[in-house]
Amino acid sequence: MIRTVAMVAACAALIGCAGDGSRPSGAAKSAPEQAGGQSKGPGIGKGYSHDPFPSTYRAYPGVPTLVTNVTIFDGEGGRIDRGAVLFRDGKIAAIGQSLTAEAGVTVIDGQGKYLTPGVIDIHSHLGDYPSPGVDALSDGNEATGPVTADVWAEHSVWPQDPGFGRALANGGVTTLQILPGSANLFGGRSVVLKNVYARTMQGMKFPGAPYGLKMACGENPKRVYGSRGRQPSTRMGNVAVDRQTWARAVEYKRRWDKYEKDGGEPPARDIAMDTLRGVIEGEIRVQNHCYRADEMAIVMDMAKEFGYRVSAFHHAVEAYKIADLLKANDTCAAVWADWYGFKMESYDAVPENLAILEKEGACAMIHSDDANGIQRLNQEVAKARASALRSGFDISEEKAWKWLSYNPAMALGIADKTGSLKPGKMADVVLWNGNPFSVYTRPDMVWVDGALLYDAKDPKRRPVSDFELGQPGEGDVK
Amino acid sequence: MAQDVAITNAKLVIGDGSAPVEGGTVVVRGGKVAAAGRGVAVPAGMQVVDAGGRYVTPGIFAGFTRMGIVEVDAVGPTNDASAGNALFNAALDVAPAVNPRSTPIPINRAEGITRAVVAPEASKGSIFAGQGAVIDLRSDLHPVSRPRAFQFMEYGESGAQLAGGSRPAAVAMLRNIIAQLRDFARNPASFAERGKDSFLTRADAEALTPVVQGKVPLLVHVERASDILVLLDIKRETPALKLVLVGATEGWTVAKQIAAAGVPVIANALTDLPVSFEQLAATQSNVGRMQAAGVLVGIGTINDDEARQARLEKQYAGNLVALTRVPGATGLDWNAAFAAISSKPAEALGMGESFGSLRPGRVGDVVVWDGDPLEIGSLPVKLFVDGVEQPLTSRQTRLRDRYWTPTEGALPKAYQR
Repeated sequence: MIRTVAMVAACAALIGCAGDGSRPSGAAKSAPEQAGGQSKGPGIGKGYSHDPFPSTYRAYPGVPTLVTNVTIFDGEGGRIDRGAVLFRDGKIAAIGQSLTAEAGVTVIDGQGKYLTPGVIDIHSHLGDYPSPGVDALSDGNEATGPVTADVWAEHSVWPQDPGFGRALANGGVTTLQILPGSANLFGGRSVVLKNVYARTMQGMKFPGAPYGLKMACGENPKRVYGSRGRQPSTRMGNVAVDRQTWARAVEYKRRWDKYEKDGGEPPARDIAMDTLRGVIEGEIRVQNHCYRADEMAIVMDMAKEFGYRVSAFHHAVEAYKIADLLKANDTCAAVWADWYGFKMESYDAVPENLAILEKEGACAMIHSDDANGIQRLNQEVAKARASALRSGFDISEEKAWKWLSYNPAMALGIADKTGSLKPGKMADVVLWNGNPFSVYTRPDMVWVDGALLYDAKDPKRRPVSDFELGQPGEGDVK
Repeated sequence: MAQDVAITNAKLVIGDGSAPVEGGTVVVRGGKVAAAGRGVAVPAGMQVVDAGGRYVTPGIFAGFTRMGIVEVDAVGPTNDASAGNALFNAALDVAPAVNPRSTPIPINRAEGITRAVVAPEASKGSIFAGQGAVIDLRSDLHPVSRPRAFQFMEYGESGAQLAGGSRPAAVAMLRNIIAQLRDFARNPASFAERGKDSFLTRADAEALTPVVQGKVPLLVHVERASDILVLLDIKRETPALKLVLVGATEGWTVAKQIAAAGVPVIANALTDLPVSFEQLAATQSNVGRMQAAGVLVGIGTINDDEARQARLEKQYAGNLVALTRVPGATGLDWNAAFAAISSKPAEALGMGESFGSLRPGRVGDVVVWDGDPLEIGSLPVKLFVDGVEQPLTSRQTRLRDRYWTPTEGALPKAYQR
């Protein structure tokens, strides 16, 4: 919260935040001072607002809560049997074998239940491709050109998507990244949301989470644009357009860096290039749709050529073939458990993808890309773990939970805030009514920032989006 | 090939909704179940498999798929599900298109699927998609158990689009075809000269005649409650129709009417999002509530990766069991959940006498599992189709073995087999 307030204040000081953005706000004052004197820019990173649509998310009130006698996966690979977790004021306060309840603390007996960090889905299109899936609400692909780094997924998010509620109640999902689609090489910016309904996108926006840039390899961009008789129509065309675009971004960054440092006439603003500059700067994380091993290897070399890093390859069906290479490049793979064969580049899927990545020490995680799959990511990890065990790689349940919360938090740049049950972190917590690696288990209670937002026993703690109000099935268990 | 086997010492699931029995035996003779239960004697000289107390069940009967007619969905030449430029619709027969060597077959077999309902996909111009089949997942070149097992039709939003743009257009098309079929029955020769502009070609009329006579079931994809009631009205007007509802996401809201009409349903198990305006009442309790109202319900994969992921039906069925612990939800108990992926979809097609359970006389599709078949991670350790043991490997197991250590050894990966 404090961080958000600080950013709002900073924005207010830079009066141009809500302005046209073409002229850096700080320049108005500094330019006259530079006349005749030593040249001085507005300062690094201060040439234009980096947060024009700031988060207005506020945690809902919660009560200090102690869950006792419960099996805990802490999200970072740790496990406590018959343990306890205390959270208050929206944060994890303590975790241990046994904690004593102070006065005023609500105590929940977790006998036979499991407590985990909330699930984090690094790849969702909820809000951008919401239910109902009608054309009028399909806002996920700006498929009008292969380079649309200027679009931001957050500007398409419909916060009334019923899918958010399903992901919370059935899936225990507390944080999710909404990405543009994969029609384009540069699809646009992603946004990270807390899975808490709000009237506005800003009201769901995860405070302080870095932005991502969605990129795509392979079949989709070449098919979409090749079918229109324009570049790219091949994989080599994909890389050619990528490199030309990155070359422009490097030049754009050079000019803006110089201006922010030295002042003078500000360079022309380019909204797409702002995002790519942010990537090279390390402020924005590349989330790269890419299936095939050979293409991922090319992308990692391209990233080195232009001075950026791929945070994670998404879908990454063939990541297992280059687990060593991914590890060496400090790049994660976000994958499905068992999708295969729906397109040529998914032909070589194996259910041991996560197992091989983990065995080789690469960073790996589950993802959904699907409004149904997001409701059962725990089961997807259970499948991947079962495949690992069957093939002779022994990974414990508590370690496998990293694929659901800590690793995606790392790849999103929010692991200091959420993704594990460490004191001081956001109290994003799921109490499951059994072992979450079993098909017979469902969330019992879900807290986001310590606020109880789903309780299976309480119909009043079950979200109903505006769209579903007054419709058949309103407020049903779903 | 030997089609006789006895499996003993089983936690035996018949698949008809009854509870598992410990210490059970199933005897398959000549490819058919001869007997199954406790105290069943093993005929002398028959091959015996000791299940060691493991679950033994009928093979999964996948209630609605497009398995075997699609290799890669997005690679057109490998996809025989629909034919947008064909001259025919109801006449289209998926049977010759089924390729038992397509990769989804071994992948699904290795997960316990032994039979599948394979439906064609409708194309613009007609609500009728064509004639579906029931296939087996044997590792041989004869996959079709029942060709022309049913006719598949679209109603609701997709039927409306296919018929020209509205539900009335779809209903008019259906009624017109029923009327024309009477003409065809009276004078088949009059259909010989019909061109492609006719509403009903001779070939399509020949395919639809057994449907209106009630000899072949009519599977209709429908989701909205009011659309379901329209179909029940048509069934009332044409009582011979063997109507089966496919999808029926809002079925729970009119479950009593469906049950009263005696119309079975093949439904997705877990559809819970209002993905269209005809599925606003979607809930995972749909199957449980319909069953509780007396509807015969089997599970299928309707527009749900149906060319390749029928194997997920086990997980879906397990989720319906999970629902029984969620207040306000209606799920299925374990026995009913297993029946929903074995005997129930077979019965919905009127084929319960042949497929879907280990009652005597049914096909000898038997699976020995390494755990609870509805639990995640359980897999077959032995699988028989028509009493013949089947391989459980696939391209996926080969790729896994090649890349278990991703780096190259003494030679490139291409030499590692």
